Amino acid sequence: MELLRVQNLKKGFGSTDVLKGVCFSLERGQVLAIIGSSGSGKTTLLRCLNFLETADEGEILVNGQVLRTVTEAQIRKNRLHFGLVFQNFNLFPQYTALENVTLAPTMLKRDAPEAIRARGLALLDKVGLSHKVNAYPYQLSGGQQQRVAIARAMALDPEVLCFDEPTSALDPELTGEVLRVIRSLKTGGNTMIVVTHEMEFAKSVADVVIYMSDGVIEEMGTPEEVFDCPRSHKTRAFLRGAQEPF
Amino acid sequence: MFIPVTMQLLSGFAETLKVFCLTLVFSIPLGLVICFGSMSRFTPLRWLTRGFVWIIRGSPLMLQMIIIFYGPGLMFGLPSMPRITATLLAFSINYACYFSEIYRGGIESIPQGQYEAGQVLGMTKGQIFFKVVLLQVIKRITAPMSNEIITLVKDTSLARIIGIYEIIWAGESFIKEGLIWPLFYTGAFYLAFSGLLTLLFGKLERKLSYFRG
Ligand SMILES: Nc1ncnc2c1ncn2[C@@H]1O[C@H](COP(=O)(O)OP(=O)(O)O)[C@@H](O)[C@H]1O
Ligand SMILES: [Mg+2]
Repeated sequence: MELLRVQNLKKGFGSTDVLKGVCFSLERGQVLAIIGSSGSGKTTLLRCLNFLETADEGEILVNGQVLRTVTEAQIRKNRLHFGLVFQNFNLFPQYTALENVTLAPTMLKRDAPEAIRARGLALLDKVGLSHKVNAYPYQLSGGQQQRVAIARAMALDPEVLCFDEPTSALDPELTGEVLRVIRSLKTGGNTMIVVTHEMEFAKSVADVVIYMSDGVIEEMGTPEEVFDCPRSHKTRAFLRGAQEPF
Repeated sequence: MFIPVTMQLLSGFAETLKVFCLTLVFSIPLGLVICFGSMSRFTPLRWLTRGFVWIIRGSPLMLQMIIIFYGPGLMFGLPSMPRITATLLAFSINYACYFSEIYRGGIESIPQGQYEAGQVLGMTKGQIFFKVVLLQVIKRITAPMSNEIITLVKDTSLARIIGIYEIIWAGESFIKEGLIWPLFYTGAFYLAFSGLLTLLFGKLERKLSYFRG
């Protein structure tokens, strides 16, 4: 069943067009990997989906419903369909791992305090941090911080969980633990959009891969289609570059 | 002689404390209002506020006090207001402007990502300010605020220019009796009080040291 549809999304900043009409759709439980060189508009796309930016044109539909962005309250409600894991975590420094996860459900009065706490503990367990629930962000490694951020993003049960280069700010030896958690979420049936430079990961975890270039979807298909027999020469050039980092 | 001098200084110190405490009570919230004005997205309000802050911070507090006390009478023939009112008005506005800039620096130093993390989680602007940003701002402005507040302790002595009988005036009144030690005694009051404030701020800083950022 189609969960998300993005239709002709356009976004510019001043005179530069960053997204030039992006269209795709995603089914419940699918994982979409977005690859593309820096500056191609990947972050902007995720920010539009999470309503940190307002698209200039185009529509976002969840479960067939167009998301309206007239009032502040509508925008806040729209955001609840999506979760976003940032490249640089953005944890709240004054709260423990558990408090980071439970803050939003508490503010939004999602449940009784004990139930919110229990769910927070369960989420931290899921990302392998049950021994760090009372640690403050500065006491955690980058990989652990990012896993807390993932648990926090899941605390409100978003329908689509978005990741913006979740391992780009990490030391290479810490990327594995974060990628493993994301992979486990796919097994759990979560719908996800992952912007990543980890090609092997994208290939193995994604159901659909999008290659973005210069604000448009240059190529879209299954991992086999995009990675093994790309149609566009731009995709081929990008993939060749990605394999040879020097 | 010690007892009468002490009594005299205490009465001056009471006046000093009154100016100090009431100035803080008024200027801390007023500073927040000015701060929001100086960060407003409405450009005329922003420039007006910043211009006002420039005038207040750029001219002597003593001059501001004299103008506030004598100005209304000389310019508009209004009856003069009580000395303490004029003093508090001048001090509160002056310190609110300094505080507003400290607040602004603190607020603007919080990374945009903190707001965005709150927004993505469906929190309202108010929730984000009070539950995410505020404590981080307080932590960042503790040191500059303590500086400014300790300066206020000493600035209160300026109030004598419009006739507030504060502690230095009280200590000075013994000069005509040939006594210098009451002035040193006066200094001890200041040192004790600013020492106390330093301790309190140190305590606050330690209390907020449980997190970084
Ligand atoms: N807030 C902004 N203001 C102006 N230009 C921006 C802004 N955000 C992004 N851009 C520009 O949009 C383009 C795409 O950026 P981004 O979406 O971050 O790309 P990616 O995540 O693929 O590297 C870049 O050229 C960037 O400079
Ligand atoms: Mg990016």
